Amino acid sequence: MSEDSVAPFSSVDINNENRDDEDLFASAVQEVSLDSEVNGVRDSLEKISIVDAAVTTASIGSPIMEEIVTERANNIIVTITEPQKIGEGMSSYVAYRILTKTNMPIFNKHEFGVLRRFSDFLGLHEKLSEKYLRSGRIIPPAPEKSIVGTTKLKMSSTSSTESINGNSGTNAHTQFVERRRAALERFLNRLAQHPVLCIDPDFREFLESDTELPKATSTSALSGAGMMRLLNKVGETVNKITYRMDESDPWFEERIARVESLEAGLRRMCGACEALASERRELSVRSHEAARCIAAASAADPHAPLSRALSNLSDVYDKVEHLRVEQSNTDFYVLTEHIKDYLGLIASIKDVFHERVKVFQNWQHAEMQLNKRRENKAKAEIANRPEKIELASNEIIEWESKVERCHTEFDTISRVIKKELERWEEIRVSELRATILRYLEEHMKHQAQSIRYWDGFLPEAHAIK
Amino acid sequence: MMDCVEETNNDPLTAAISSPSSGDSNMDKKKPSENVSLADNSLLVDISDALSEKEKVKFTVHTKTTLPEFQKSEFLVVRQHEEFVWLHDRYEENEEYAGYIIPPAPPKPDFDASREKLQRLGEGEGALTREEFLKMKEELEDEYLATFKKTVAMHEVFLQRLAAHPVFRKDAHLRVFLEYEQDLCAKPRGKMDLIGGLVRSMTTTTDEIYLGATVRDVNDFFEQETAFLQEYYSHLKEAVARVDRMTAKHKEVADAHIKLSSCITQLATREQPPSERFLTRAADTFDKCRKIEGRMASDQDLKLADTLRYYMRDTHAAKAVLVRRLRCLAAYEAANRNLERARAKNKDVHAAEQAQSEACAKFEQLSARAREELIDFRTRRVGAFKKSLVELAELEIKHARAQQELFRKSLQMLKECQ
Repeated sequence: MSEDSVAPFSSVDINNENRDDEDLFASAVQEVSLDSEVNGVRDSLEKISIVDAAVTTASIGSPIMEEIVTERANNIIVTITEPQKIGEGMSSYVAYRILTKTNMPIFNKHEFGVLRRFSDFLGLHEKLSEKYLRSGRIIPPAPEKSIVGTTKLKMSSTSSTESINGNSGTNAHTQFVERRRAALERFLNRLAQHPVLCIDPDFREFLESDTELPKATSTSALSGAGMMRLLNKVGETVNKITYRMDESDPWFEERIARVESLEAGLRRMCGACEALASERRELSVRSHEAARCIAAASAADPHAPLSRALSNLSDVYDKVEHLRVEQSNTDFYVLTEHIKDYLGLIASIKDVFHERVKVFQNWQHAEMQLNKRRENKAKAEIANRPEKIELASNEIIEWESKVERCHTEFDTISRVIKKELERWEEIRVSELRATILRYLEEHMKHQAQSIRYWDGFLPEAHAIK
Repeated sequence: MMDCVEETNNDPLTAAISSPSSGDSNMDKKKPSENVSLADNSLLVDISDALSEKEKVKFTVHTKTTLPEFQKSEFLVVRQHEEFVWLHDRYEENEEYAGYIIPPAPPKPDFDASREKLQRLGEGEGALTREEFLKMKEELEDEYLATFKKTVAMHEVFLQRLAAHPVFRKDAHLRVFLEYEQDLCAKPRGKMDLIGGLVRSMTTTTDEIYLGATVRDVNDFFEQETAFLQEYYSHLKEAVARVDRMTAKHKEVADAHIKLSSCITQLATREQPPSERFLTRAADTFDKCRKIEGRMASDQDLKLADTLRYYMRDTHAAKAVLVRRLRCLAAYEAANRNLERARAKNKDVHAAEQAQSEACAKFEQLSARAREELIDFRTRRVGAFKKSLVELAELEIKHARAQQELFRKSLQMLKECQ
């Protein structure tokens, strides 16, 4: 850890010392050393004060430190409520109220709320990715932008300030907004649980700052920046496909394979969940039709008690219809969304892996250059041309340091990724567990409801004379 | 796989599927006034065995009787669906039975749905894991068996209703049907026959419309009854179709669990032991859940759809009585006109008078009989619906409880499993 302790000192900012107390504390828990090394220019991160330096050097990198950080980080709970449509037509947008509860002293208050729009979330994701992706942090994926969904929403005639949640007429829209709300909430909570990301100033600003955030233009799907991003992505994909790195680390080899197979498995499962949800949704539609027909038959029935029982049966099926919708929603929101979310996370993990490959590529490139220079030097020595020898030696020194840098960079990113993955692995298992438990619990409730409905009907059936 | 499923009553797979209700309920609700004979066991019919051979289903009809008309007290014959239809047609043709509601002929054995599913399963085999395939196949076999049992039950009910009926049981055709050991030469319906059937049903419908439009019915009871049956039939028909659609979808919901369960199992194989155990158990829960959902679907089919279906056909049979009555009324009116004409011409008055009084008596008798039958139909219907609805509600509750219990138990188990 010796290089770790050097780095913070080198970037110590004495001016920071007199900032408010929370910040002091923040810097104490900030696992900054690794990052500072990789992206040395990120001043914003390096608010290490001299006072903290001793603490930092003592504890950074130790597993206990991580634990403490995680524990403390768990105490941010973010909820998103009341999605509201603001404005009319194509320029309208949905704003989400974000409520944060925390006991972290890094925040000014324990409870606060802000209003943010979807593109703000994307902006946050963008900023965090820029900062941390290169150092091997897994950035939780932001929900996807859906042009169709948003456009529909914009075109819908819900009045500007009315809460979309309460309106049953715009069912599909409500669903869309609700799904997005849940996804955003998950996104923020994931960030909040991350020991490093949760204390990022941008993240804190996002949660805390009362002022409107500058509009993140680059996140708009149709903007120039969006196009650039698209091009970049295409380039990266080509790179991913064409470049195969010889994996030297068995740990990574194993993990990459595992992530790949996990992805395949989750994809299949996602399909299965979606199928189940949609079958159930259709069942609800058909229950409704059956209920209507039974109601019609009951109206035509001359025998009063039987007619009453049938009309009750039709009511039961009507209720069952709603129950089916709820069941389908459970299938979808609890299980499918979770799996989809995981696929998103896996994509982030793959991004991180790819970052590592890029660093590796750089390193290899540097090695190659170094070798070339050495050859040049040897040639010059044979040719006995001193000025060339000197030039070559200078270059060799330059490239050697580059190689050295790339090498440490590679080591660092590998280490960070390992840590991140271990952390993720743990969270993943417990999250999947929680999801399945929640799913079963919800369905148990649905069954209880169903029992109530039929229990209510039974005396009616007995009453037929 | 589909071609030779033997009907055995102690099959563990089908034991879970409660035996078809429409049969029992109808027997139980047979009007007590006319149903004295059932208790004395003088003519008992059941289908003791059935065998599916390619397109055909062969029913073994078992009869036990103490009636002197029969040569033996107990006998077995093998009959096919077409022969049941033949028997039904003989009853319909017989003018003596015009005033009775003739038990509707059992529906043609229809395994198309199962076959189609099997075919789809075969095509999709590549996309499924072996485990999934086996489970799907098992589901299909269950479904096929359930359909099979239902078909058998429908045929049995038909015979039992005839055998329990004080008039129908004495019919010579029924005796032949039960006793004669050879084929009845009731050929499977060929194309010509199909066209014949079509023409026949068309004439019945046109008769219905024509008679309905031309013959003035003076009796309020029958007028109301006609209107009711007409409307009721169409409602039931619609309801049957919808409930069927619902049940089919429910079945598919159940099937969707298979895939999910197998996906979770697959995920489990890649995990560390503790989470592997967790996921395997979760997958197991989904699999059990599928079974319960599947049973829910088939019970719904049995209790709701089949009751509706049976009464749809019974309503149709009742409608046929009304049409026959109208036809008789038309004949009576024609006789009246003939008599008037004869009187005007003063020719063959006596013969015409006799014909007229015969037609009158016939019509009166038919009307009285039909009235009785229709009133009886109503009570029978209410009874059967009550029974089915009660059973439906009880089964729904039972299954929902089972499922709730399943979820509760597995939640407990999963929470324990670290």
